[in-house]
Amino acid sequence: MKTLVFLLEKEFRQLLRSKQLIGILLIAPLIQLILLPMAADYSVKNISIVVVDNDHSTTSRKLIEKIVSSGYFRLKGYEDSYTAGLKMVEQDKADLALQIPIHFERDLVRENQKQVFVAINAIEGTKANLGGAYLGSIVKDFNEDIRLQWQVDNPAPTISVASSNWYNPLLNFKLYMVPAILVTLVTGLVAMQSAFNIVQEKESGTIDQINVTPIKKYVFIIGKMIPLMVLGIVLFTMGLLVGWLFYGVVPLGSWWVLYGSLVVYLFSMLGLGFMIATYCGTQQQAMSLSFFFINIFNMMSGVFTAVDSMPGWAQAIVTTFPPSHFIKIMRPVVLKGSGFQDILPEILWMLGLGLVLNTWAVLNYRKTS
Amino acid sequence: MRQLVIFIRKEFLHVFRDRKTLLMLFGLPIAQIVLFGFALSNEIKDSRIAVVDYSKDAVTQRLIAKIGSSPYFNIQRTLASADQIDAAFKKGDLKMAVTFPAGFGDDVIHTGKATMQVIADASDPNQATTITNYLNQIVADFNTELAAGSGQPMTIVPSMQMMYNPELRGAPNFVPGVMALVLMLVCTMMTSVAIVREKELGTMEILLVSPFRPVYIIISKLAPNLLISIVNLFVILFLSDIFLDLPVKGSFLLLVFGSVLFIMTCLSIGLLLSINAQTQQAAMTGSLMGMMLPTMLLTGFLFPIENMPLALRLLSNLVPSRWYFIIVKQVMLKGLGIGAIWKELLILGGMCVFLFTISLRKFKIRLQ
Amino acid sequence: MEPVIKTDKLSKRFGPFIACNELTFTVDKGEIFGFLGANGAGKTTAMRMLCGLLGPSSGEATVAGFDVYTQTEKIKKSIGYMSQKFSLYDDLSVAENIRFYGGIYGMSRPAIRTKTTELLEELGLQQEARTLVRELPLGWKQKLAFSVSIVHDPEIVFLDEPTGGVDPVTRRQFWDLIYAAADSGVTVFVTTHYMDEAEYCNRVSIMVDGVIAALDSPANLKQQYGAATMEDVFYELARKAKRKGD
Repeated sequence: MKTLVFLLEKEFRQLLRSKQLIGILLIAPLIQLILLPMAADYSVKNISIVVVDNDHSTTSRKLIEKIVSSGYFRLKGYEDSYTAGLKMVEQDKADLALQIPIHFERDLVRENQKQVFVAINAIEGTKANLGGAYLGSIVKDFNEDIRLQWQVDNPAPTISVASSNWYNPLLNFKLYMVPAILVTLVTGLVAMQSAFNIVQEKESGTIDQINVTPIKKYVFIIGKMIPLMVLGIVLFTMGLLVGWLFYGVVPLGSWWVLYGSLVVYLFSMLGLGFMIATYCGTQQQAMSLSFFFINIFNMMSGVFTAVDSMPGWAQAIVTTFPPSHFIKIMRPVVLKGSGFQDILPEILWMLGLGLVLNTWAVLNYRKTS
Repeated sequence: MRQLVIFIRKEFLHVFRDRKTLLMLFGLPIAQIVLFGFALSNEIKDSRIAVVDYSKDAVTQRLIAKIGSSPYFNIQRTLASADQIDAAFKKGDLKMAVTFPAGFGDDVIHTGKATMQVIADASDPNQATTITNYLNQIVADFNTELAAGSGQPMTIVPSMQMMYNPELRGAPNFVPGVMALVLMLVCTMMTSVAIVREKELGTMEILLVSPFRPVYIIISKLAPNLLISIVNLFVILFLSDIFLDLPVKGSFLLLVFGSVLFIMTCLSIGLLLSINAQTQQAAMTGSLMGMMLPTMLLTGFLFPIENMPLALRLLSNLVPSRWYFIIVKQVMLKGLGIGAIWKELLILGGMCVFLFTISLRKFKIRLQ
Repeated sequence: MEPVIKTDKLSKRFGPFIACNELTFTVDKGEIFGFLGANGAGKTTAMRMLCGLLGPSSGEATVAGFDVYTQTEKIKKSIGYMSQKFSLYDDLSVAENIRFYGGIYGMSRPAIRTKTTELLEELGLQQEARTLVRELPLGWKQKLAFSVSIVHDPEIVFLDEPTGGVDPVTRRQFWDLIYAAADSGVTVFVTTHYMDEAEYCNRVSIMVDGVIAALDSPANLKQQYGAATMEDVFYELARKAKRKGD
């Protein structure tokens, strides 16, 4: 226990001495946190639409007007034929082409049903999903409008849907991104620094010296872990502050749950960093390898695209990524106020992964030394 | 000329001797393409929902069955009371809760009108919007069924066609994006490290005092990286075609031409970085931190550029990968010709010439 | 005299490769024991086994009376170690380095304070107590590293090529420190490339291809091989090596 104090004293001295590093480590992520949610705004507002109105009737004009005035769509122009409309989509000049076929109004009245054709550029899946959804609900509203207007007697029974959005009634996408981006920043900091820190001792040879001292391995690891944990906690706290100042995000859940799971998360990610370090001889290798992991974590842990949408095997892989669990904790705790009971499975997962990774690191460390 | 050949040969030896790095250069990009290409998707299906049925009659049973059988929804549980919805949402997995008030079926049959309540977990706003819409469609279908085929009066049926990517896979969007990202990082990083390493070792001095023209040094430094990047490019294209079902729809030559232009631009950036960096670590950090974030952020494959604040939109014009991303999408995914991308090619070409000239000049200045 | 290091047929195999083959020797208390050999002869492996860093494949050995198989933690408390790479933290000051290493060997704070003053005085570094190690000249760093490696008054100190890359004057001063330590009863186990340094040792062993080819005092060895200097003795033995240096 006494040796741990000396070890911690040394680690903190080294950490605090490199002022430049601390500056980079803390300031750079905060700038990212301020900028990223602004850039990572998936709330789709300006879907550009090209309209092919072959009917030129009052109804078709009203439908177009309703679509354009909804605020989600931006009218790019009119084309005479569907082919010409598709060409606009092809050239990226429009995201979506809408064709109202000839005799639209007439058939609607006579045959009670008429199709309109919509082609969406689906390369960007989110946009396509939302474009379709917005258009669908506008058409549905319009449908009710015209029934009312034509005062058709509707003998058939109808079920209507009253929908409401909880936890984020204004559908502000930034609220959703802030907690997740904070997680990615903490991830980057912790995984890289823990790998670096150990490899640095390897490169300078001090680790050999430590190995011949009677210091216990777990004491050494704990001594490395605590300063980095403190660094992670400081960054996290500053991040929450930025989230509150810039985006008005205030965690609804308990602080104990938030910080408790943060510590467990840091434990698991530090384990990963240490594990990487045992495989690397130079800082360059440590950099490339931890960069590889960070990149994959960022892309696959549900920050940008939902984990639920992935195929089963990929979801199984993602389960082994500690950040995916921490994101699953952060979003509900911050936005919905979930409690300890709700997120317990995720905490257990992180704890398990942390134990595996740290054990792996210690075992592999022994083997190579 | 013979000198140049000898020098280029030496550079290739450097690169191919270092097996571990070589493995990383080829292995990591490929692993990422395959992983992201297969795994990432925007398709929303099997969303877990909960049902609160106060009515429990034939109509609600039928509607619930219909919702459950759709590919979009997966009825995870039935709640006894609407008070439990909040707790269920907080547990995390649930995306939506559907409530049928008491007497729902009677209302439908006798008054012809009934309202069901749908609550979406909107902490993810996009998913909430999308699945609410899916549910609306299902209910609309159900209404038609109720009318026993006669149909509701005056129904407009939107027929939606998802072009280029009907299953809303992530791959079509991510492959060009990752291609841009990977090529950009590999090119800048490799080049800057290669030159700075010679500086660190002191061998650069020897080269500079030799009667070798500086432009040759630069060319021979760039040659192996150009080759590796082109090999990477072919491997990525091959994998995309075979595994991800994303063949090059347009002209292969045109795509390669655009790619080479992009690679050259990135190599020039690496060259510029290396002239200013003193240590390998500085070069690595510079190319990773300095390139990575702007590339991921401003290329447009992760975040839609048109939603960004004006300053970021303007800044994105300076990022080469943004233009390359467009070229790949147009040629590879949509199969368009040079007419659709001449502007992007011109911009990339301009960037390339500009950056290369600057770094060449700076390199010379350092000599004197 | 009771030997502080005692090995009996100590061997280490890596797969089919035998790095150390049946090493048998003893080192006495207060002795300066030189451990010589060409690159790849197995010196470092032998040393790592004795420090408890590497488990032997077969044979027996005790260091400070403790078994190298079962009591490595106790061995680590009784030894000091300094490698050719610096074992000091660049970004800590002189005093902080002493304090840290004293601390992890379990010394009390007052003891560390006394020891720090003592060491700084001995090395003439009083003015530099707060200087970061990275700012010290190479020779000073090495002397400091040696002093730090015996800060906890170990029975034995292992030095792995401690004087690589420094000028002859500094090497001389370094050896003065070694003598002083040996006089106070510390056993010194040192590997080196410099044959003039071999002359300073009480006894020298020369390893060739994983076995000890010769072991005696420098004077006896020179006589035995009819050589004028240790350099000639070493060359005579080393050229028979079949293994290539690494």
